[in-house]
Amino acid sequence: MTFSPIVARVKQKRIAELISSGKRLDGRGLTDYREIKLEVGVIERAEGSARVRLGKTEVMVGTKIEVGQPFPDIPNEGVLTVNAELVPLASPTFEPGPPDENSIELARVVDRGIRESKAIEVEKLCIEPGKKVFIVFVDIYVLNYDGNLIDASAMAALAALLNTKMFNYEVEGGEIKVKPGYAPLPMRNYPIAVTFAKINDKLVVDPWLEEEQVMETRLTITMEKDGKICAMQKGGYGYFSLEQVLEAAKIAREKTEELRKLMVKG
Amino acid sequence: MPKRKTEKKRSNMPQKKPEKLIEENDVRIDGRKLDELRPVKIEVGVLGNADGSAYIEQGKNKILAAIYGPKEVHPRHLALPDRSLLRCRYHMAPFSVEERKSPAPSRREVELSKVIREALEPSVFVEYYPRTSVDIFIEVLQADGGTRCAGLTAASLALADAGIPMRDLVVACAAGKVEGRLVLDLTDVEDKGGEVDLPLALMPNLNGITLLQMDGDLTVDEFEKVVNLALDGCRRLYALQKETLKSKYVVKEAVEE
Repeated sequence: MTFSPIVARVKQKRIAELISSGKRLDGRGLTDYREIKLEVGVIERAEGSARVRLGKTEVMVGTKIEVGQPFPDIPNEGVLTVNAELVPLASPTFEPGPPDENSIELARVVDRGIRESKAIEVEKLCIEPGKKVFIVFVDIYVLNYDGNLIDASAMAALAALLNTKMFNYEVEGGEIKVKPGYAPLPMRNYPIAVTFAKINDKLVVDPWLEEEQVMETRLTITMEKDGKICAMQKGGYGYFSLEQVLEAAKIAREKTEELRKLMVKG
Repeated sequence: MPKRKTEKKRSNMPQKKPEKLIEENDVRIDGRKLDELRPVKIEVGVLGNADGSAYIEQGKNKILAAIYGPKEVHPRHLALPDRSLLRCRYHMAPFSVEERKSPAPSRREVELSKVIREALEPSVFVEYYPRTSVDIFIEVLQADGGTRCAGLTAASLALADAGIPMRDLVVACAAGKVEGRLVLDLTDVEDKGGEVDLPLALMPNLNGITLLQMDGDLTVDEFEKVVNLALDGCRRLYALQKETLKSKYVVKEAVEE
């Protein structure tokens, strides 16, 4: 392994010092992403799938669609369920067992982005109001952890949803009859998450693992295709000033545009 | 055992979804103005066994917070060599909401426990008590929107009540957008029927934002306004927080004879 979960004090200091002078240890600018590689349709068994590499961080997302009951308060809408697994093979710090707070937070932040931007046209996923709807399962599988899981997972989740195919069907007396052919999952928005780390009172975009060890705190901003903010999450033990939060929102606007171009054509 | 189906009983509180949450004259469903907080009542030192405790009522929210520590860490291997381990459990009572909530921690509660802990930690001098833990318990007895914020406000007071050295108090308040209008301190109906909810926590003297979450949709300009509205609410609650501590701990100086 080229990285370890513990970063030497000297290196921590170096990372922080470089950032105060506007540079980063891996040569990136403060608002540069690492190289992003996107593959879709990597798992044939899944209804949709994608694998995102963000530098050395690697996340796979698979979607599955099942028929189930809607929530009683929204009887004519399909259901979205997001789950994240920090698979033990992804990092020496990940342990097997039920989801811990980190994986729950990861799943819920990605979920909020998709849900609040109304990315999936859930009203088209109703089969029989109050009785049968489609349930879209988005399962995030972290394969290699090198920092910034939120952005990588949000990207992979969006790519997998865009890649998702649903079987054609017709309803006969409350029963679903499968017809030949597939249609894409109805989507109307493309939420993109941008995560900032605060190090030495400066904001950097897309922190990698060692920067995450040094950072005081982080902020994730998810934006819709028209540049509106649809979700936010602050994490970590530090704090932000009002100016930093507003600055982050401005940078996020540019970055999400940039990433969305990459995603939607890819 | 198969899950028993329970008939949904008639609601205890009038919960019929109102047609309009804000009237034309900017009056909200509970009679408040757009930038008005709900009535708030805070007390500290309300529990006998805890090292520090606080109780808050904000509108219909009723929340207890308690602190145990600094104390020995259990299990031992979690102890940190250079600082105290801060732990937090945000939990809702089964009877706190309309339909009974299972007492097992939900994913929402796990996430909120994490963000609340991370919102309080910057205010605490954790490095003063290495190899110990400080446990924060937040019990929501009745919920009506904005419980994470009210719970945080109470928990910070409970930490102060426990005599734990702190850089600042932490105070939290939500703002959001309902029917296109920016509003402060959303109730449950406003949160569910509205467009945006943005909970925020502040260390008022250090001007540090320690919790920031959002869901809904906002332009960058609207976002700035909502954040400022929430900050304003925090500062008003902070005055109450200070008042509460003073009323408990400041002893009137004896009048000289």
